[in-house]
Amino acid sequence: MFKSPAKLFQLAITLLACAFLLIPTLQSALAGVTVNYFRGVSSGLTFKWIIEVWALYSGSIFLSIGLALACLVCTLIIGVPAAYALARNPGRLSRMLEEFISLPLAIPGLALALALLQLYGGWREFRMSWTFILVGHVLYTLPFMVRSVMSVLAAIDLKTLEEGAASLGAPSHRRFLDIVVPNALPGILAGALTVVTLSIGEFNLTWMLHTPFLKTLPVGLADSYASMRLEIASAYTLIFFAMIVPLLLAMQWATARAQRIMS
Amino acid sequence: MTSRTFAQLCLLPLAIFTLTFLALPLARLILASGEGEFGWGIYLKILQTPRYYATLLQTVIISVAVTIAALGISTTAGLFLVRNRFMGRGVLLSILTLPLAFPGVVVGFMIILLGGRQGLVNQILPGHWVFAYSAFGLFLGYLYFSIPRVLLTVMAAAEKIDPALEEAALTLGAPSHRVVLDVILPALAPAMIAAGAIAFATAMGAFGTAFTLATNIDVLPMVIYTEFTLSANIAMAAALSVVLGVITWVLLLIARSFSGATIAAGG
Repeated sequence: MFKSPAKLFQLAITLLACAFLLIPTLQSALAGVTVNYFRGVSSGLTFKWIIEVWALYSGSIFLSIGLALACLVCTLIIGVPAAYALARNPGRLSRMLEEFISLPLAIPGLALALALLQLYGGWREFRMSWTFILVGHVLYTLPFMVRSVMSVLAAIDLKTLEEGAASLGAPSHRRFLDIVVPNALPGILAGALTVVTLSIGEFNLTWMLHTPFLKTLPVGLADSYASMRLEIASAYTLIFFAMIVPLLLAMQWATARAQRIMS
Repeated sequence: MTSRTFAQLCLLPLAIFTLTFLALPLARLILASGEGEFGWGIYLKILQTPRYYATLLQTVIISVAVTIAALGISTTAGLFLVRNRFMGRGVLLSILTLPLAFPGVVVGFMIILLGGRQGLVNQILPGHWVFAYSAFGLFLGYLYFSIPRVLLTVMAAAEKIDPALEEAALTLGAPSHRVVLDVILPALAPAMIAAGAIAFATAMGAFGTAFTLATNIDVLPMVIYTEFTLSANIAMAAALSVVLGVITWVLLLIARSFSGATIAAGG
């Protein structure tokens, strides 16, 4: 099928890139269930590292899941109405506002975290609470929710639908709940999966914002890479993969679905 | 309630959140950079202090190298995957986009598994092969998270190229390498500029990967981190953050003007 040398070259590059990305993930998965990684698989397979990780870090895993869900609720409450307002009134001001809330995508998380620490670091109760990390996560994921919902709303004839409902006497908030939200659902779903996936994996902001009592999953990962044996670090990474890969696939499916509806 | 007031009400939560947790902290960060012993001259100080200047240069060099490598690999693979339909294509595509959800620390660990003391390369090859903690290891780590980002941007653009253009060039007798140079690459140029800007900006700001790998080398995010946590040099940490933030922001603005891509710059 791939006869020409050019095609073969392209195939080779593609396969090499796949190997580069995939081989270490497989190594990590294998190391997480191997009795002694240095001696190899011949030393036997075991679940003891995964059990040990669970004993050491289950708190971090639950904290991350809780944070991701709280982050989802916040981005829904803040993002969906805002996306509607921005889609309803397109113009310079809306563009600028959208650009501004997208800043956390462009500015490295480390810089954003420093900014938050500068302003709120002295407020002890807030600094020590989990809501401080939540703020960072909402900041980072909000633009994805807003843009995901906005792009779906931009594709439907919002104005005609709303005018129809208004002429039948529906007030603004009913039009939002009964027309806008159901029509935007594919965008909301894609945005929601993106928010949860990104929140569970967020490290750059979280590392600066976390406290010794509030370690999220990726903070725990960094901790295990620095101080635990390779098998434990690998087993923990394996648990992370088991959570994040299905989320990533669901997110890609939902985004492709939302785009199909738009076109 | 008029629909205008309702729309304004809809923006209210966003406005409050953004003002409190984005606009004000960023303003505070910029002010903090000028509150050190050098005042606003601190930005000049960055260029005059060899350590900061060298770090900035080193970060730029690694980021440029990663951008070029990622563009080369991802454009080749992306064009191949757009043009050919075959068994297993979906699997290859999934593998190539998998790292999108990996935090930088995990990417760093992947490189340790390849090039660390107990790494694959050191086990397979005779002799001592540990490169995870060198500039090359950092380069590989950045490449790891850049490949998927560049690939998605390039593929989205490649799918929009009209195949008729290519067929016309071939019927007119153009050899296939001329078709690539004269038809495909010019059509992909905006997407490649955008993807390159994204890759460069992500590499410049990558903290997680550097945090795991850069024990011996200085890159900008690690210097900011050590200035802040170890030296408690708040003004310098803030100034370097502002410089880094402005660089990545401008680059992603360029990327956005060439293609509408929304890809997070986390690494």
